[in-house]
Amino acid sequence: MSDAWIVVLAIGACTVVFKALGPVVIGGRQLPPRLAGVVALLAPTLLAALVVVSTFATSRTLVVDARAVGIAAAVVAIVLRAPLLVVIAVAAIAAALVRAL
Amino acid sequence: MSATHVTSAGAGARAVAPLALAVGVFGMTFGVLARDAGFGPVSAVVFSATTFAGSAQFAATSLVSAGGTLTAAIGTAVLLNVRYVPIGLSVAPSLHGPAWRRAHRPQLIVDESWAVGHLGGGRYDPGLILGAGLVLWGTWVVSTGIGALAGDVLGDPERLGLDAAFPALFLALLAGQIHDRRGFAAAALGAAIALVCVPFVPVGIPIVAASAACLIGLRR
Repeated sequence: MSDAWIVVLAIGACTVVFKALGPVVIGGRQLPPRLAGVVALLAPTLLAALVVVSTFATSRTLVVDARAVGIAAAVVAIVLRAPLLVVIAVAAIAAALVRAL
Repeated sequence: MSATHVTSAGAGARAVAPLALAVGVFGMTFGVLARDAGFGPVSAVVFSATTFAGSAQFAATSLVSAGGTLTAAIGTAVLLNVRYVPIGLSVAPSLHGPAWRRAHRPQLIVDESWAVGHLGGGRYDPGLILGAGLVLWGTWVVSTGIGALAGDVLGDPERLGLDAAFPALFLALLAGQIHDRRGFAAAALGAAIALVCVPFVPVGIPIVAASAACLIGLRR
Protein backbone atom coordinates (compact mmCIF):
# COMPACT_ATOMS: atom_id res chain seq x y z
CA MET A 1 0.00 0.00 0.00
CA SER A 2 1.33 3.45 -0.90
CA ASP A 3 2.09 6.08 1.74
CA ALA A 4 -0.79 8.21 0.47
CA TRP A 5 -3.32 5.43 1.04
CA ILE A 6 -1.98 4.72 4.55
CA VAL A 7 -2.45 8.41 5.44
CA VAL A 8 -5.94 8.56 3.89
CA LEU A 9 -7.24 5.38 5.52
CA ALA A 10 -5.71 5.97 8.97
CA ILE A 11 -6.94 9.58 9.27
CA GLY A 12 -10.30 8.79 7.66
CA ALA A 13 -10.94 5.87 10.06
CA CYS A 14 -9.98 7.92 13.15
CA THR A 15 -12.22 10.84 12.11
CA VAL A 16 -15.21 8.59 11.42
CA VAL A 17 -14.79 6.99 14.87
CA PHE A 18 -14.40 10.41 16.59
CA LYS A 19 -17.65 11.68 15.08
CA ALA A 20 -19.59 8.49 15.83
CA LEU A 21 -18.31 7.89 19.38
CA GLY A 22 -20.66 10.20 21.36
CA PRO A 23 -23.84 9.40 19.39
CA VAL A 24 -23.22 5.60 19.54
CA VAL A 25 -22.51 5.57 23.29
CA ILE A 26 -25.08 8.16 24.44
CA GLY A 27 -27.49 8.04 21.46
CA GLY A 28 -30.85 9.71 22.05
CA ARG A 29 -30.64 9.67 25.84
CA GLN A 30 -30.54 12.93 27.74
CA LEU A 31 -27.23 13.85 29.35
CA PRO A 32 -27.11 14.24 33.15
CA PRO A 33 -28.10 17.88 33.95
CA ARG A 34 -24.64 19.01 35.06
CA LEU A 35 -22.96 17.51 31.98
CA ALA A 36 -25.70 19.02 29.79
CA GLY A 37 -24.86 22.45 31.24
CA VAL A 38 -21.24 21.95 30.16
CA VAL A 39 -22.06 20.56 26.70
CA ALA A 40 -24.50 23.44 26.02
CA LEU A 41 -21.52 25.82 26.15
CA LEU A 42 -19.48 23.81 23.62
CA ALA A 43 -20.84 25.65 20.57
CA PRO A 44 -19.96 29.22 21.68
CA THR A 45 -16.65 28.07 23.18
CA LEU A 46 -15.36 26.06 20.21
CA LEU A 47 -16.62 28.63 17.70
CA ALA A 48 -14.79 31.42 19.55
CA ALA A 49 -11.62 29.29 19.59
CA LEU A 50 -12.01 28.54 15.86
CA VAL A 51 -12.45 32.27 15.13
CA VAL A 52 -9.24 33.34 16.87
CA VAL A 53 -7.14 30.37 15.69
CA SER A 54 -8.24 30.65 12.06
CA THR A 55 -7.63 34.42 12.18
CA PHE A 56 -4.40 34.75 14.15
CA ALA A 57 -2.54 31.43 13.89
CA THR A 58 -0.33 30.17 11.09
CA SER A 59 0.73 26.72 12.21
CA ARG A 60 2.17 27.40 15.71
CA THR A 61 2.90 31.11 15.23
CA LEU A 62 0.56 33.97 16.14
CA VAL A 63 0.38 36.56 13.36
CA VAL A 64 -1.68 39.62 12.49
CA ASP A 65 -2.16 39.65 8.70
CA ALA A 66 -4.83 40.30 6.08
CA ARG A 67 -7.16 37.83 7.80
CA ALA A 68 -7.33 40.18 10.83
CA VAL A 69 -8.51 43.00 8.56
CA GLY A 70 -11.06 40.62 7.06
CA ILE A 71 -12.43 39.66 10.47
CA ALA A 72 -12.54 43.33 11.55
CA ALA A 73 -14.66 44.07 8.49
CA ALA A 74 -16.84 41.08 9.39
CA VAL A 75 -17.38 42.50 12.90
CA VAL A 76 -18.67 45.75 11.39
CA ALA A 77 -21.00 43.81 9.06
CA ILE A 78 -22.31 41.68 11.94
CA VAL A 79 -22.92 44.76 14.13
CA LEU A 80 -24.87 46.30 11.23
CA ARG A 81 -26.92 43.05 11.11
CA ALA A 82 -25.86 42.23 7.55
CA PRO A 83 -26.95 38.83 6.17
CA LEU A 84 -24.49 35.93 6.43
CA LEU A 85 -23.56 36.11 2.74
CA VAL A 86 -22.62 39.78 3.10
CA VAL A 87 -20.56 39.11 6.25
CA ILE A 88 -18.55 36.41 4.46
CA ALA A 89 -18.13 38.47 1.28
CA VAL A 90 -17.05 41.60 3.17
CA ALA A 91 -14.40 39.63 5.07
CA ALA A 92 -13.00 38.02 1.91
CA ILE A 93 -12.98 41.29 -0.05
CA ALA A 94 -11.27 43.20 2.77
CA ALA A 95 -8.55 40.54 3.10
CA ALA A 96 -8.07 40.39 -0.67
CA LEU A 97 -7.74 44.19 -0.87
CA VAL A 98 -5.10 44.25 1.87
CA ARG A 99 -3.09 41.56 0.04
CA ALA A 100 -3.43 43.44 -3.25
CA LEU A 101 -1.94 46.64 -1.77
CA MET B 1 -37.41 11.44 6.64
CA SER B 2 -40.39 13.34 8.00
CA ALA B 3 -41.75 16.56 6.48
CA THR B 4 -40.15 18.68 9.22
CA HIS B 5 -36.80 17.04 8.49
CA VAL B 6 -37.08 17.91 4.81
CA THR B 7 -37.98 21.53 5.67
CA SER B 8 -35.11 21.97 8.10
CA ALA B 9 -32.68 20.20 5.74
CA GLY B 10 -33.57 22.82 3.12
CA ALA B 11 -33.00 25.59 5.65
CA GLY B 12 -29.62 24.09 6.57
CA ALA B 13 -28.60 23.87 2.92
CA ARG B 14 -29.56 27.52 2.32
CA ALA B 15 -27.67 28.62 5.45
CA VAL B 16 -24.32 27.31 4.20
CA ALA B 17 -24.86 28.03 0.47
CA PRO B 18 -22.89 31.32 0.69
CA LEU B 19 -19.92 29.34 1.94
CA ALA B 20 -19.99 26.79 -0.87
CA LEU B 21 -17.89 29.04 -3.14
CA ALA B 22 -15.09 29.30 -0.57
CA VAL B 23 -15.31 25.57 0.20
CA GLY B 24 -15.16 24.77 -3.53
CA VAL B 25 -12.04 26.87 -4.10
CA PHE B 26 -10.31 25.34 -1.08
CA GLY B 27 -11.38 21.86 -2.22
CA MET B 28 -9.74 22.42 -5.59
CA THR B 29 -6.63 23.78 -3.86
CA PHE B 30 -6.56 20.67 -1.71
CA GLY B 31 -6.88 18.46 -4.80
CA VAL B 32 -3.90 20.22 -6.38
CA LEU B 33 -1.83 19.95 -3.19
CA ALA B 34 -2.69 16.24 -2.86
CA ARG B 35 -1.70 15.59 -6.46
CA ASP B 36 1.62 17.36 -5.98
CA ALA B 37 2.21 15.35 -2.79
CA GLY B 38 1.87 12.10 -4.78
CA PHE B 39 -1.73 11.21 -3.92
CA GLY B 40 -3.69 9.74 -6.83
CA PRO B 41 -7.06 11.34 -7.69
CA VAL B 42 -8.94 8.40 -6.13
CA SER B 43 -7.12 8.59 -2.79
CA ALA B 44 -7.53 12.39 -2.70
CA VAL B 45 -11.30 12.06 -3.22
CA VAL B 46 -11.60 9.20 -0.69
CA PHE B 47 -9.66 11.40 1.78
CA SER B 48 -12.18 14.25 1.36
CA ALA B 49 -15.17 11.89 1.47
CA THR B 50 -14.15 10.12 4.69
CA THR B 51 -12.19 12.70 6.71
CA PHE B 52 -14.26 15.69 5.48
CA ALA B 53 -12.26 18.20 7.53
CA GLY B 54 -10.16 20.64 5.52
CA SER B 55 -7.67 21.67 8.18
CA ALA B 56 -6.64 18.09 8.98
CA GLN B 57 -6.37 17.16 5.30
CA PHE B 58 -4.25 20.21 4.42
CA ALA B 59 -1.97 19.64 7.41
CA ALA B 60 -1.38 15.94 6.72
CA THR B 61 -0.87 16.43 2.98
CA SER B 62 1.54 19.36 3.48
CA LEU B 63 3.60 17.21 5.87
CA VAL B 64 3.75 14.33 3.36
CA SER B 65 4.68 16.82 0.63
CA ALA B 66 7.46 18.33 2.80
CA GLY B 67 8.95 14.88 3.38
CA GLY B 68 7.59 14.44 6.92
CA THR B 69 7.11 10.99 8.42
CA LEU B 70 3.81 9.15 8.09
CA THR B 71 3.48 9.20 11.87
CA ALA B 72 3.77 13.00 11.94
CA ALA B 73 1.23 13.42 9.16
CA ILE B 74 -1.30 11.03 10.70
CA GLY B 75 -0.69 12.27 14.26
CA THR B 76 -1.18 15.94 13.33
CA ALA B 77 -4.42 15.29 11.49
CA VAL B 78 -5.76 13.07 14.28
CA LEU B 79 -5.02 15.80 16.87
CA LEU B 80 -6.74 18.37 14.64
CA ASN B 81 -9.85 16.19 14.55
CA VAL B 82 -10.03 15.21 18.23
CA ARG B 83 -12.50 18.09 18.67
CA TYR B 84 -15.10 15.91 16.91
CA VAL B 85 -15.31 13.77 20.06
CA PRO B 86 -16.86 16.56 22.20
CA ILE B 87 -18.76 17.84 19.15
CA GLY B 88 -20.24 14.35 18.63
CA LEU B 89 -21.10 14.20 22.33
CA SER B 90 -22.98 17.50 22.06
CA VAL B 91 -25.31 16.22 19.30
CA ALA B 92 -25.74 12.73 20.81
CA PRO B 93 -28.97 13.47 22.75
CA SER B 94 -30.55 14.75 19.49
CA LEU B 95 -29.78 11.57 17.50
CA HIS B 96 -32.17 8.64 17.87
CA GLY B 97 -32.56 5.22 16.27
CA PRO B 98 -30.42 2.07 16.06
CA ALA B 99 -26.66 2.21 16.67
CA TRP B 100 -25.66 1.98 12.99
CA ARG B 101 -27.81 5.02 12.22
CA ARG B 102 -26.40 6.96 15.16
CA ALA B 103 -22.94 6.08 13.81
CA HIS B 104 -23.46 7.33 10.24
CA ARG B 105 -25.69 10.36 10.82
CA PRO B 106 -22.95 12.39 12.57
CA GLN B 107 -20.53 11.81 9.66
CA LEU B 108 -21.96 14.91 7.92
CA ILE B 109 -20.91 17.01 10.90
CA VAL B 110 -18.17 19.50 10.22
CA ASP B 111 -17.61 22.72 12.20
CA GLU B 112 -19.94 24.72 9.93
CA SER B 113 -22.85 22.25 9.74
CA TRP B 114 -22.63 21.65 13.49
CA ALA B 115 -22.89 25.38 14.25
CA VAL B 116 -25.77 25.85 11.80
CA GLY B 117 -27.62 22.94 13.43
CA HIS B 118 -27.41 24.38 16.97
CA LEU B 119 -30.82 25.56 18.14
CA GLY B 120 -29.41 27.00 21.36
CA GLY B 121 -29.04 25.64 24.86
CA GLY B 122 -27.30 22.49 23.65
CA ARG B 123 -30.20 21.30 21.47
CA TYR B 124 -29.44 20.34 17.85
CA ASP B 125 -31.66 19.88 14.79
CA PRO B 126 -30.47 16.77 12.88
CA GLY B 127 -32.29 18.02 9.74
CA LEU B 128 -30.36 21.31 9.69
CA ILE B 129 -27.08 19.42 10.15
CA LEU B 130 -28.05 17.01 7.35
CA GLY B 131 -28.91 19.77 4.83
CA ALA B 132 -25.89 21.92 5.64
CA GLY B 133 -23.60 18.89 5.78
CA LEU B 134 -24.74 17.51 2.40
CA VAL B 135 -24.06 20.82 0.61
CA LEU B 136 -20.62 21.19 2.23
CA TRP B 137 -19.69 17.52 1.75
CA GLY B 138 -20.78 17.42 -1.91
CA THR B 139 -18.92 20.64 -2.69
CA TRP B 140 -15.80 19.49 -0.86
CA VAL B 141 -15.64 16.05 -2.51
CA VAL B 142 -16.43 17.21 -6.06
CA SER B 143 -14.02 20.16 -5.91
CA THR B 144 -11.26 17.92 -4.54
CA GLY B 145 -11.74 15.66 -7.57
CA ILE B 146 -11.63 18.62 -9.97
CA GLY B 147 -8.42 19.94 -8.37
CA ALA B 148 -6.78 16.50 -8.38
CA LEU B 149 -7.63 15.92 -12.07
CA ALA B 150 -7.54 19.38 -13.64
CA GLY B 151 -4.79 20.93 -11.56
CA ASP B 152 -4.35 24.57 -10.67
CA VAL B 153 -7.00 26.48 -12.62
CA LEU B 154 -7.97 29.06 -10.00
CA GLY B 155 -4.76 30.22 -8.42
CA ASP B 156 -4.18 31.04 -4.79
CA PRO B 157 -7.36 31.19 -2.63
CA GLU B 158 -5.53 33.53 -0.24
CA ARG B 159 -5.19 36.08 -3.01
CA LEU B 160 -9.00 36.10 -3.18
CA GLY B 161 -9.20 36.56 0.61
CA LEU B 162 -11.07 33.25 0.95
CA ASP B 163 -9.04 32.26 4.02
CA ALA B 164 -10.84 35.11 5.83
CA ALA B 165 -14.24 33.66 4.86
CA PHE B 166 -14.08 30.84 7.42
CA PRO B 167 -13.33 32.88 10.58
CA ALA B 168 -15.97 35.40 9.40
CA LEU B 169 -18.56 32.61 9.15
CA PHE B 170 -17.59 31.21 12.56
CA LEU B 171 -17.87 34.71 14.07
CA ALA B 172 -21.29 35.35 12.50
CA LEU B 173 -22.55 31.98 13.80
CA LEU B 174 -21.02 32.72 17.21
CA ALA B 175 -22.83 36.07 17.40
CA GLY B 176 -26.13 34.22 17.03
CA GLN B 177 -25.28 31.73 19.79
CA ILE B 178 -24.51 33.99 22.72
CA HIS B 179 -27.72 34.59 24.60
CA ASP B 180 -26.51 35.29 28.12
CA ARG B 181 -23.49 36.28 30.19
CA ARG B 182 -22.47 32.67 30.74
CA GLY B 183 -22.29 32.00 26.98
CA PHE B 184 -20.28 35.17 26.49
CA ALA B 185 -17.91 34.25 29.33
CA ALA B 186 -17.37 30.74 27.92
CA ALA B 187 -16.66 32.13 24.43
CA ALA B 188 -14.21 34.75 25.71
CA LEU B 189 -12.42 32.25 27.94
CA GLY B 190 -12.28 29.65 25.14
CA ALA B 191 -10.77 32.19 22.73
CA ALA B 192 -8.18 33.23 25.33
CA ILE B 193 -7.18 29.63 26.12
CA ALA B 194 -6.81 28.82 22.41
CA LEU B 195 -4.65 31.88 21.69
CA VAL B 196 -2.37 31.30 24.68
CA CYS B 197 -1.88 27.64 23.68
CA VAL B 198 -1.02 28.20 20.00
CA PRO B 199 2.77 28.69 20.38
CA PHE B 200 3.22 25.91 22.95
CA VAL B 201 1.27 22.84 21.81
CA PRO B 202 0.83 20.94 18.52
CA VAL B 203 -1.62 22.32 15.95
CA GLY B 204 -5.20 21.30 16.76
CA ILE B 205 -4.74 21.04 20.52
CA PRO B 206 -5.57 24.74 21.21
CA ILE B 207 -9.14 24.12 20.01
CA VAL B 208 -9.49 21.02 22.17
CA ALA B 209 -7.96 22.84 25.18
CA ALA B 210 -10.44 25.69 24.72
CA SER B 211 -13.30 23.30 25.51
CA ALA B 212 -12.15 23.43 29.17
CA ALA B 213 -13.90 26.83 29.25
CA CYS B 214 -17.21 24.92 29.11
CA LEU B 215 -16.61 23.79 32.69
CA ILE B 216 -18.08 27.10 33.85
CA GLY B 217 -21.36 25.40 32.90
CA LEU B 218 -20.95 23.31 36.09
CA ARG B 219 -21.87 26.37 38.16
CA ARG B 220 -25.57 26.69 38.73
